[in-house]
Order: sequence, then C-alpha cells, then structure tokens
Amino acid sequence: MSLDAIVARALAQFAAAPDAAALENAKARYLGKGGELAAFRPSGTAEERRVAGAAFNAAKQRVEAALEARRAALADAKLNARLGEEALDVTLPARGHGRGGVHPVIRTWQRVEAIWQTLGFDVAEGPEIETDWYSFTALNNPENHPARSMQDTFYVDLKDEQGIALNLRPHTSPMQVRYARMHSPPIKVIAPGRTYRVDSDATHSPMFHQVECLWIDEDISFADLKGVYTDFLRRFFENDELEVRFRPSYFPFTEPSAEIDMKLKGRWLEISGSGQVHPTVVRNFGLDPERYIGFAFGSGLERLTMLRYGIEDLRLFFDGDLRFLAQFP
Amino acid sequence: MNIPERWLRSFCNPQLSGAELAERLTMAGVEVEAYEPVAPQFSGVVVAQILDVARHPNAEKLTVCTVDAGGEKLKVVCGAPNARAGMKAPLAKIGARLPAVDVQKTTIRGVESAGMLCSARELGLSEDHSGLLELDAKVGSDARTALGLDEHVFTLTLTPNRADCLSVLGVAREVAALTGARLESPRIEKVPAMSDARHPVRISAPEGCGRFAGRVIRNVNAAAPTPGWMKSRLEHSGQRSISALVDVTNYVMLELGRPLHVYDLDKLRGAIDVRWGRKGERVLLLNEQEVEVDPSVLCITDDSGAIGLGGIMGGESTKADAKTRHVLLESAFFWPDAVAGRARRYNFTSDASHRFERGVDFNNNVDGIERATRLILDICGGEPGPTDDLVVKLPERKALRMRVARARKIIGMPLAAEEMQKTFERLALPHQREGDVFVVDPPSYRFDLAIEEDLIEEVARLYGFERIAAHPPRPAATFLRIAEKRSLHELRERLAAADYRELINFTFVEPQWELDFVAEANPVRLLNPIVSQQSVMRSSLIGSLVANLRYNQARKVERIRVFEIGRVFVRDPQAPDGPLAVRGLRQPIRVGAAAYGPAVEEQWAAETRAVDFFDVKADLEALISPLTARYERAEHPAFHPGRAARVMLEGQAAGWIGELHPRWQQKYELARPAVLFELDAERLQASPRPAFAAPSKYPPVVRDMALVVDAGVPAQALLDAMEAQKPPIVTSIRVFDVYHGQGVPAGRKSLAFRVVMQDTERTLTDAEADAARDALVSLLGQKFSASLRK
Repeated sequence: MSLDAIVARALAQFAAAPDAAALENAKARYLGKGGELAAFRPSGTAEERRVAGAAFNAAKQRVEAALEARRAALADAKLNARLGEEALDVTLPARGHGRGGVHPVIRTWQRVEAIWQTLGFDVAEGPEIETDWYSFTALNNPENHPARSMQDTFYVDLKDEQGIALNLRPHTSPMQVRYARMHSPPIKVIAPGRTYRVDSDATHSPMFHQVECLWIDEDISFADLKGVYTDFLRRFFENDELEVRFRPSYFPFTEPSAEIDMKLKGRWLEISGSGQVHPTVVRNFGLDPERYIGFAFGSGLERLTMLRYGIEDLRLFFDGDLRFLAQFP
Repeated sequence: MNIPERWLRSFCNPQLSGAELAERLTMAGVEVEAYEPVAPQFSGVVVAQILDVARHPNAEKLTVCTVDAGGEKLKVVCGAPNARAGMKAPLAKIGARLPAVDVQKTTIRGVESAGMLCSARELGLSEDHSGLLELDAKVGSDARTALGLDEHVFTLTLTPNRADCLSVLGVAREVAALTGARLESPRIEKVPAMSDARHPVRISAPEGCGRFAGRVIRNVNAAAPTPGWMKSRLEHSGQRSISALVDVTNYVMLELGRPLHVYDLDKLRGAIDVRWGRKGERVLLLNEQEVEVDPSVLCITDDSGAIGLGGIMGGESTKADAKTRHVLLESAFFWPDAVAGRARRYNFTSDASHRFERGVDFNNNVDGIERATRLILDICGGEPGPTDDLVVKLPERKALRMRVARARKIIGMPLAAEEMQKTFERLALPHQREGDVFVVDPPSYRFDLAIEEDLIEEVARLYGFERIAAHPPRPAATFLRIAEKRSLHELRERLAAADYRELINFTFVEPQWELDFVAEANPVRLLNPIVSQQSVMRSSLIGSLVANLRYNQARKVERIRVFEIGRVFVRDPQAPDGPLAVRGLRQPIRVGAAAYGPAVEEQWAAETRAVDFFDVKADLEALISPLTARYERAEHPAFHPGRAARVMLEGQAAGWIGELHPRWQQKYELARPAVLFELDAERLQASPRPAFAAPSKYPPVVRDMALVVDAGVPAQALLDAMEAQKPPIVTSIRVFDVYHGQGVPAGRKSLAFRVVMQDTERTLTDAEADAARDALVSLLGQKFSASLRK
C-alpha cells in the first residue's frame, strides 16, 4: 500500500473518531508499535532510500499533525459542552443584601457642605439644647421678643446660671456665636443642624434643619453676600440662570437684613434670611465691629430639599416611612 | 395690615399702577403679600328701583318685577322673597358679567326677563343668598361704585421694626420716599373747646406711660350711625364696624397710626391713674376676658381699681355704648417695653398692643385727639372741652452719625455721598452733612433708627438692594484643616452600604420609651410640649428606632434595616459649660441601627432565616473598622439579658448591641425579634494612623485545635489567655467553629481554633509548630480545664 493511501486512511479515521478514546485507538493503528507506518521499511539504493525516507517522514508528520488537530478539536468540543451546561441565568437577582441610603434632607446637607467647602468654609456642629444667651441675647434679640415666648420656642426643665430655662435652639444662629468665639478672623463657617419651634402643621414641623453661614473678615460686605449666596443657589440647583432677589427685611441679628427669594416656575419663594451681622453681635463674638464686618444667613434644609426633589409634604421627612425613603438611594 | 388703595392714594398718589406700587413696596422691605380687589370682578350691574311686583303667571314662587334702571323701565323675573315695590337692588342688565355667570336675555316659564336682580352671593360679595341685596344709592348708577367696590387692598406683612407703617399715613410716607410723589398729610383741624369740661389724669408709672392726652366731649349721640364711607374704609381695612364712637377711634388709628380709647365719662370713678397693676387685681376687658394683673402689667385705674390695661385694651366697666352721653378720649404714649409680651401672656392680641409694643409716634397724641374730636362732632355731635396733654417721659431721639466710608464698606459699593443724602431727603429725615459724616435726627415715628447701621440700611434700601452689585465669591486663600478622622457622613455611607436606610426622628419622645428602653425615669422634660407623646428629650435612639420598626411593619414591610445619627440628651450636673457644651447636661451624637425580619431579602440563592445578633455584629464591625471592639456580656433594659453586649473601644464603653427584650417585642407589637445597636458617634470617628510590619518571606504554618470547655466560658477569655502567653511564632489565633452535641459532654462546648505561625527569619519546622500548639493547649488546660477534643 502506498504511503499516501495510508495517510489518507489515517486522516479519515481520525476525523471520524467520535471521542478521545476512539482517537487514541486509531492513533495506535497507524503510529503505535506495529502500526501501519511503523511497519514501513524503505529499500533500494542509498539514494532511493533517502528519498523514500524523506517521504515517510513527511507522511508521518502529516498524520501526527492531524492527530493533534483532532485532539484539540475534541477537547474544545468537550469544553464547549461543559460551558454550555454551566451557563447561568444572569438575569436572576444577586445574592446577599442590598443597599440602604441616606435621608433626603441629609443628602441636601451633604451637598450644601460640599459646595461651601469648595469655597474654603469650615463645617461646625453644636448643642441643640442651648442657653438663652446663645439663642437670643448674644444675637441681639430683645428681652420681650415674641421668639422668646413659650408659644414660639421650646424650653426644658434645666436652667442656666442666670436661672433662665434652657431652650431647644430655634435656629442654628447660636453656632455663629460659638464658632466665632472659638476662632479668629477670617471666620468662614457653615453650621448645619437640627432646630426646633413650637409649630406643627402641614408646612411646619416642630423639628427641622437649618444651615447657618457666617463669613467675617475686615471687608466682607453686603455685595459679597449677594454674590456668594446667588452663586450658592445656582450651584445647588445646578442652574446658572436661576433668578435670585434680595429684599429688605428685619432680623435682630443683622443690619441691613435681607430676605432672599428665588424664582421657581414664575413664583418668588423665600429661601433664606440674611444680612450683615449686627455690630452688637460682632461684639458678642469678641470682635471689634469697627474692624470686622461680614454676613450671615440661615436657610432651611427641608425647604432646599423639597424644591430640589419636588417633595410637597414636609411630614414625609419625619415619618420614617421606608416606602418614601427608599426612593432616595 | 390691610391698606385700601384709594385711601392710600388720597395721601400720596404716585404715577404707578397698584401692582407696580405693590412690587416697589415689597422690594423696599414693606412686603405686600397680596394686592387684590375688595370684591370679585363684575360689570353691567346698576342700582335699580323696584316699581311694581306682580305674580308670575306660570310659577308660584316667582314674581315679575317692573324696575326703574335709571331712565328705562324693564320687566325682570325674580325669585327673591324680599322683592317689594320701592326697594333698591342691584340689577344685572343683559350683557352683564357676574362672577359666576354672563347675563343674557331669557324667557323664564314663558315670561321674558330683561336682566337679573341680584343677591350678595350672585355678586360674589358674600354667601348671603336669602334675598336681594338692598342698596341705598342713586337709581341707574353703577352698583360697584355705589357699593364702593372699585377698591383694591394691599395686604402688608410688616417686619416688627416697621411699626411706622401700621397706618395709611405711614405707608403713604413710605410711598412718597420710594416714588418721589408728594405726600399730602391729612390736615388736622384744631377744634376749639366749647366748655371747660375736663377729667383729672395722673401718671404714677412714667416708665410705662410717658404721655396722656385727654379730652372730654359732652352730650354726644352715641347711637348715631357710622357713615357709609367710614364703614367701608374700616371694612376694607379689616375692621368690623361697632359703633360710631369706637369706629372713630379705629379710623384715626388706621389713618394716623394713633391708637385712641374712648371712656364713658359717667362710668369713671374719680381721677384716672396710670400705674402698675397690683397682685390680685382683676379687670374684665372689652373682649369679655377677665384677667388678673400683677406689678409687671400697666393698668389704667380709677377709684374703683383697674379699668383697663394700658396700651392693650380697655375695660368693660367704663366702655362707651349706645346709651353713653359724655365721653373721655384718651390718646396716650405707652413705652414698648411696658406693653411687649403682656397681651400674649393673656393669650390675645389687640390692635393697640400690636402697635405700642413696636413703638407708636409720641408726637401725634394731640393731632389724634383733634382728628377724633372733629369726626365725633360731625357724626355724634357734642361739646368738646379743652385738650389736656400730660407729658411725663418721652423717648429721646439721639442724633445719629453715619460715615460715608462705613456705609460704602458695609454695602460693598462706592455709593456717592449725594446718593446717600437723597435717601435722607426722600425719607424726610432731618439731617446735616458734616464733611464725610451725615448727622441724622430720627423722627418720633421711627423706633428702628438707633445706630449707624440702621441708617446704612436705609441708604441700601432706598438705593435698592437689586441695584447693589453682586460680587463673585473670592477664593479661599488658606487650606481648611482636615483632621484624619471619619466624618459622620462617612459613617452614614458605611451603614447605607450595609443595607441600612437612614431616617430622622424627633428628639422629643414619649416618656414611656425612656422608661422602657433606658430605665430613665428623669429625662430632660419639655416645659411646653405640643403633645404628651413628644414631651421628653430622648437619652437613647432605641425608642425611636423601635417605633420605626413598628410603623413600617404595620405597612407590611417584611425586612427593615434602619439607622439614625442624632443627638441624645442626658442630665449631668457635673457637665461644665464649654465652647460647644452647655452646663448641666451632655448632648452626644449617637449612631443607632435596627435590623428586623429576614437576614437577607427572601431569594432563590440563599435560605431564608431571621437576622440575628451575629449578622448585626458584622454590620457593626464593618461600620467601626479599622477600629476593633471588644464585647462584654452585660444587661441593658432594652435588650434580651442573654443577648446583649457592651461594646468596648480602647477599653472604654462606646455603646451597646443586643436583641430587643422579648417583653418589649411583645409590648411594641413586633412579630419577630429585632437586633439593635447604639454607639457614641464621636468614638467611631477616630481614625488611627495605620502602623504596619513588613510581610514575612517565609511560609506560614497552620495548626487547628478543638478544645472542650465549660459552656459558660466566653471565647474571648480563651483568646485573651492565649494572646497573653502565646509563643512568639504565633501570629494569629481565631475561632472558626463552635460545637455542642454528640461527643461533647452536657454543659460543655467545643471551640475550634485556627492557629497561624510564622517566623520572619526562617521556615518553621513541624516540630516547632506542634510544640507551640501543645503549649497553647496546656495553657488552656490549666486555666480553663480545657481538654483536646478527640
């Protein structure tokens, strides 16, 4: 039988081998000891033997290559079969627990902090049960001011050194005084936190959040307040066209005082009380108002949250209803 | 404060529409909350007189009225029961537009109607639909004009410093300053005395009442009706008409900002004395409220005792009524501090107290008397006596100095001195310029001009806040100091990552929660809680968290994982005052979390099981990492006594973790156990700088050992003992299995430890590793009677 015929037969049998075992059997028949190729002996002249030997080697290489190719193909097929069997329904839900989230008002708090920090403002927190001095007197609030009444401010059964009942701070403004007394100018701080007022209906919560801001230096003017606060609102709402207006108002701790409004869907909405810190208050910071001036404002974090996310009922923030909260990842 | 537009324009009439004027006032700090017509729009309605009322041929309840609509006679079908010949009523003619309907020619039950006679409701004036609105005006005239309805009202929301705007004249003054339009102050006519009648007045409390102008008017007709023009101005200003005498005093108050009071002279017993109240004294006020006064309340008194509260409200015993013949008018100045807060203490407010506590012009007392006298004489007749004007102590108005440079610095704009001067001119504030300083004399009606900054505010306000440049923010020139510590927000993020959802609870809670969950019988109490369920300050977050579980369980949420970061409040007599602390209590921020229901949401890939102590312990450890806590079995009122631990950080208690006590689980109606922890936030914020050792190049050797000990011995005790005396090659020991049951005697348990050994210099031999393990086994044998489990 010619070499070519043997090779052709071997290749055909390899290709027909259905699995690795059949392939190895076929291999033995051609390449094994006593196989058809092994039995081949060249004869004739030296030259004839050399030619025949070369042909034999070529034939053997072809058979061996075919064997390797077939082995690889069979291994691939086997792997593919396994991979097919191992396929997952990748759309099934993941194992393990899910993810919670922060409260929407805190989300606003974090956002406000981040924005003011880019301008180099420190963040401070302080007591919620306050003394009369920090909540009112230091802020130039007159003794008979309605804000001091029990109709407006919560009091607790603890007294300060003057024998005046401690209060639940009705605003974050006491932190202006506390922080300013702990630091020297330039003073740049925001103080977010919980605040309390005797008020409870659809639009008022007895507990709510404010963020206080104070910037004191030798030359921080009302024009700065306008610029800084306008920019802040535009960054917060991510809207460079946001219309903001300042109109004269009255707070005991600022002079001049301004109410800040922003325009939303054609309507002006009050967003903050602000102004140049009153000289009496600057004095209570332990600073000379002739030398140091600056502005302060207080904004409601719930209000900012409601406007940003379109929430209309304030009470949702404090119900602890997961069906509401789960919508804020 | 409601200001009728026409009344306002009678004093100052700028060339601006009402809406423009409202905007201008708002932007100058006199906030106009609303600018609205006093009645809804309607047109085509005239005053008609009914000439004849005939029965409708086809309907029992209808009539056919013949009316005179001013020159033309019309037949109108009418259903009103009060229609009668001779009466005048509004007639909506064909084509009239009413608030609810356009009037067209119609045929009603076969009779054609040439319009519609109207009730008050049909004109949108009130809900009254009982019959036709009766009018008293010229036939054929426009009904809106006849009713004085072509009037708009500015509703002002005034800040407490602008008491000078609590009158029509006051707002007119402001309008004149803002617009430059001329101010036409009402001319005050001096009404000469027609008798010598006077009433003696004494002021014993000059620091309460600084001035008392009084005038007697005899022989008035107190029953005379208030004229329509006055009535409608009062009504549009929000004042109910009461009687001519009272209406006059209210009118003058609204017009000039000058509160007055009118006494029935015959009811006064002897001289009036203005003095502080006496303990136990009582007075029945005009609002029918009887109040008990004390020495902090200023009283108007006579020989019979207190007859009114100074600057707040008159008394019932001396009030003028329809039978009154002779009156005494009072036009006083009460000091703001003597009035402030008093009415509120008695739970009411009055127009007088609202004004006096903010500051009333102390220079128009006599003008007020003259104006009221004129009006009373015109309406009720009578003979006035002379005006007695008793002045004892008035506020001083110190001249204020405003430096041009200071104003520029605070406003932040190089305003010209001339611009500043214009402000003072427009506000009619008497002033002089001394170089770069303006010297201004605040007038008697301005109580808000006390310091230089007050004038600077006036300059900024009149110049217009909207015209002041908005500076762009300047960049910070210094870095913030950022401590290497974790912020509360990072703690929040970690809990959120561990599947907890943040919520915010009120810090005032039910007293019972404090008792149940913290055994706190003496929490900080609110003196004025809104409701009793929110009457004490919480000293723990646990009560709030349990309430959150209950609330959401009731809404069919099966698996609940929540957290809160907030302050709690604990009495502590030793706690000192501090830069961020208040004496007598501590207000630490706590981190609390609660887990309830399945450990993971029911799912295909994991068996459903309830969350337990060790799930939550893992969450806690993830939260505090890189800090490591130790856990001590201890009892806490909120928790299952066998399933609670005090969490120790750096040897000090930092909080608690535990399973809710079954008693509270039942009481607070939770279907399944809950696991909670509460930690001091500040302790978790520490973030120690990492210390490291270079990893060994040599391979570790691992030995496992299972030891049987008494069931009550905590794993931590074994670990601590080994840690203290372990051979130096041992690098870590941890518990990896716990076993009770077959092969382990009752009352004992098997703990399996994995011991890892490694040397930094060489490879350890098996013999060395076995020896180290044997040393640990024998150590535990001695200390805890531990035996190797076979």
